[in-house]
Amino acid sequence: MTTIQTPLQVFLADDDEDDRTFFSEAIEDIKMKNKLKLFNDGRDLMDYLFNADAILPHILFLDLNMPYKNGLDCLKEIRANDRFKDVSIAIYSTSSSDEDIENTFIEGANIYIKKPNDFSELKKVIKGVFNMNWQFHLSGLNKETFFFSI
Amino acid sequence: MRFYINYDVNIACRVILQEQLELLNIKYKLLPLGGFEISNTVSKESLETLKANLSRYAINVIDDQKNHLFQQIKETIVEIVFEKEKYPNTNISYYLSDKFNLSYGHLASIFSEYTYTTIENFIIIQKIEKVKKLIIEEKLNMTEISYELNYSSVAHLSSQFKKVTGLTPSMFKRIIEKRRQLTNN
Repeated sequence: MTTIQTPLQVFLADDDEDDRTFFSEAIEDIKMKNKLKLFNDGRDLMDYLFNADAILPHILFLDLNMPYKNGLDCLKEIRANDRFKDVSIAIYSTSSSDEDIENTFIEGANIYIKKPNDFSELKKVIKGVFNMNWQFHLSGLNKETFFFSI
Repeated sequence: MRFYINYDVNIACRVILQEQLELLNIKYKLLPLGGFEISNTVSKESLETLKANLSRYAINVIDDQKNHLFQQIKETIVEIVFEKEKYPNTNISYYLSDKFNLSYGHLASIFSEYTYTTIENFIIIQKIEKVKKLIIEEKLNMTEISYELNYSSVAHLSSQFKKVTGLTPSMFKRIIEKRRQLTNN
C-alpha cells in the first residue's frame, strides 16, 4: 500500500459571522494540512455540493440552526445521496441533550460538537475532532459506526 | 487564439493516477485522502514503471522503508486486537519490538510521525472498534465483551468507550438500532 498526503478539505456552514471567524482561527493550529471553505447558510452549501464539479470535503462542519435550510435538513439530504458517502459530517449545536445528540447520529452524522463557550475551548475541541477524524481515515475504521461526541 | 484555463489540482492528480494505473492494468482503489491501494502481488517492474510515469507529472509516490514499516505496525496491531485467538496473552509492546527488531521507542516515533498519535492510543481505538463490532453482532453481552477485550470490568470498558467516542455503549446501541429501523423503512 502506498500513500500520498494531500490537504484535508474542510467545509463549514454557519450563519454567524463571528463563529465562522473563530473557527478559521481555531483551525490554523491544526497539524494536518487543511484547506477551509466557508458557507453562510445551508442553501449555499447544498447549491455548491450538488454542482457536478464540486470538490467534496473530507469533513463538513454543519451548524444546526441556520436560516433557509438548517443543519438537520442538510444532513438528511447529504446522507440520502451516495455521492457524499465518504464525507465525515460534524454537527455543531448549542444543545447538550442526549436525545438531540442521539438523533443527529441516527440521521447520519459522524461527529457531534456542543458549541464551546470560549476560544481556547474551541481550539481544543477542533483539535480533538481533527485528530479523531484523521485516525478514522488512517485506520480504516468502519464508517457506519464512526461516532464522536465532544 | 489565446485561451486561459483554470484547474483543480486534486481532481487532476486523481485522474492522472487513475489513467496511469489503468494503463498498466493494475487493479486499484483510490484512497479518500489522496493516494491509492493496490494488491501486494503487483510486480516490482510495474510499480517502478508506475512511479516513473507519475513522476513526469511531478507526482511522487511515497514508497520508502519508513512508510512500509508504519503500514506493517498498523496491520500487526489491528490483527492482534481483532484476531486475539492467534495472540493470547500477548504484550503488544514486546511483541512489536520483537517482531520488527527495533526498540519500542523507535517504533513509537515512526508511528506518531504518520498518525499524530501514540501506539497506545491507536490500540485503544482499535479495541473500541472491536467492541462496536461485537455490540452490533449481538452475540455477546457487555460482560462477555469486556472479558473478551481484557477489560477489568464493564465499568472500565464503558469508561474507555465514552472517552474515545463521547458516547456510552448503550447510547451507541440505541443509535445503531434506530438507524437500522430507519433504513428498513
